[in-house]
Amino acid sequence: MSTVTRVDPASPAGSTGALEHRRPLGDRTFAGLALGCGLLVLVILVLIAVTTSQQASSWFSAEGFKIFTNNWNASTQFGVLAFIYGTAITAVIALILAVPVSVGIALLLTEVVPRRWARPIVYVVDLLAVVPSVVWGLWGILVLAPWLQKIYTDIASGVTSIPVLDSLFGQPVSGASFFTAGLILAFMITPIVTSLSREVIATVPAIDKEGAYALGATRWEMIRGAVWPHSQGGVVGAILLGLGRAMGETIAVALVIGSSPEITSHLFATGYNMPAGIANLFGEASGEFRAALLGMGVLLFAFTIIINVLARGAVERNARRKRGA
Amino acid sequence: MTSVTADPQKIDLREPAGWRRTKNRITTGLMVLSFVLVIIPLGFVLVTVIAKGASSISWSFLTGGPIPPTVAPAGTGGLGPAVLGTIEITGLATVMSVPLGVLGAIYLNEYGGKNPLAAFIGFMSDVMTGVPSIVMGLFIFSIWVLHFGFSGLAGAFALGCLMLPIVIRSTYEMLRLVPNALREGSYALGATKARVTLTVVLPAAVGGIVSGVLLAIARAAGETAPLLFTILTVTSFNSNPFSGPDTSLPSQIFSNATQPYIGASQRGWGAALTLIAICFILMIAARLVTARFAKYSS
Repeated sequence: MSTVTRVDPASPAGSTGALEHRRPLGDRTFAGLALGCGLLVLVILVLIAVTTSQQASSWFSAEGFKIFTNNWNASTQFGVLAFIYGTAITAVIALILAVPVSVGIALLLTEVVPRRWARPIVYVVDLLAVVPSVVWGLWGILVLAPWLQKIYTDIASGVTSIPVLDSLFGQPVSGASFFTAGLILAFMITPIVTSLSREVIATVPAIDKEGAYALGATRWEMIRGAVWPHSQGGVVGAILLGLGRAMGETIAVALVIGSSPEITSHLFATGYNMPAGIANLFGEASGEFRAALLGMGVLLFAFTIIINVLARGAVERNARRKRGA
Repeated sequence: MTSVTADPQKIDLREPAGWRRTKNRITTGLMVLSFVLVIIPLGFVLVTVIAKGASSISWSFLTGGPIPPTVAPAGTGGLGPAVLGTIEITGLATVMSVPLGVLGAIYLNEYGGKNPLAAFIGFMSDVMTGVPSIVMGLFIFSIWVLHFGFSGLAGAFALGCLMLPIVIRSTYEMLRLVPNALREGSYALGATKARVTLTVVLPAAVGGIVSGVLLAIARAAGETAPLLFTILTVTSFNSNPFSGPDTSLPSQIFSNATQPYIGASQRGWGAALTLIAICFILMIAARLVTARFAKYSS
């Protein structure tokens, strides 16, 4: 054969030096296979949207925009507003509880503790994510809820005469409630919000921080002045990802939310969220009822995709700006 | 030598005094507090599960079966079918998602590079990790169960969909750490791209990939939601994961959790302890593998 005169890294078979050299079949097959597996992600996402929407189509066409009303009656009317409301309210409670804690831990890890302590702290926080959802639920309903019910009762009787608080914290029906669900969700989303916030905060240039210290700032002033402006966008992304998780979390919530589709401002009242509704009711559903539950899955899919796209966008923009700077 | 140093009593460079110092201490204290706030529920859960579950763990509990009805008192029967189901279903999901995920990551890092399609797939794969697990269950229900019925395989499909983006992400991160000099070295020896990837790049990254896979398995093994509508929840042994309804540990915990009977909740705690133990072992294994093979990781 001819001598090799030119090595093309993409097709270095070495048998010919010509540019029109074809890569061996095995090599091309492998490239195709890899591309196929990459595309699989997109295929699955499209299939999720298409197949579930198809199964839910009878609900969408029968109810039209009435799906966004609060007429829920397991045999005839399927307006799922109460489920959407429950999803939103539990996710918001979870965020309010989890975000300050998560950002606090992220700052602790990046700015306060020495490196050799950071690792065990990360392990401990990650353990929260290793505890399965259903175990959180089991613990939530059998241990946490009965205990919370007493606290709820005390809080409720304490605020009966205070105007706004009395409509937020009413007498509990049981330990299962929006708030219990939000609390459990907060435990569950803390690891992901922490780890993403930490990644974002770790990208703050050391020179900015040293500059702040050199000007005589305390650690907190340095965080306010140097860390926060840099990582704001990314932390918002991390929070949105936490929101997405909180909205989609199923089993733990199904066990501790109390399972009644209601719209009420009382955080201690029982309720429902979309994933829990699907999980608990699907077994006995058929016909349009089942279509409605599948449709709720479609809505949930759409909401979480939108939130995740926004979140990942925010995190990536943050990372890109850091690299460019 | 002595005259140039300022009197340390007069210039204190250590910390500003007054409100600024107090505020700094308060905020540092709050950061420490937030970590404490995380330890409390975690410790509480672990202690409860161990305290309530340990008494029911025995060999016959883990392997015996069928699972007794919920009214049966504690100590009777075993969760063998659920343990078997979890192993079968998670195992099948791993067999499906790992090769596909690793190949997908190879496309993203080795072939895609900076092209827009690869960037888009990478982005959507990250987005896919945020798709709720119950949606995966509904998806497999619509596309598979409605046509072929409930089976362990259907559950494995759902868990596989859940694991795929996790495997892609962790493998991709590991492939990125492999130094380019290794690739260039083997290209220089005349290897094809496929050969370089399979025999040089993958072995260099294998530790990180295995560790990522173990974490993905731990995540999938604890999932209940995708299994509800794909395997159903039965109480008898089903050794054939390719047909007929099946069961799993998380499904058993879920169905026992709301039962008012002491026997049922006892079995729930036992199953919870077993499940947590499995997940923790997988996580510790992942850490050990990472430490053992941490060749190129930072």
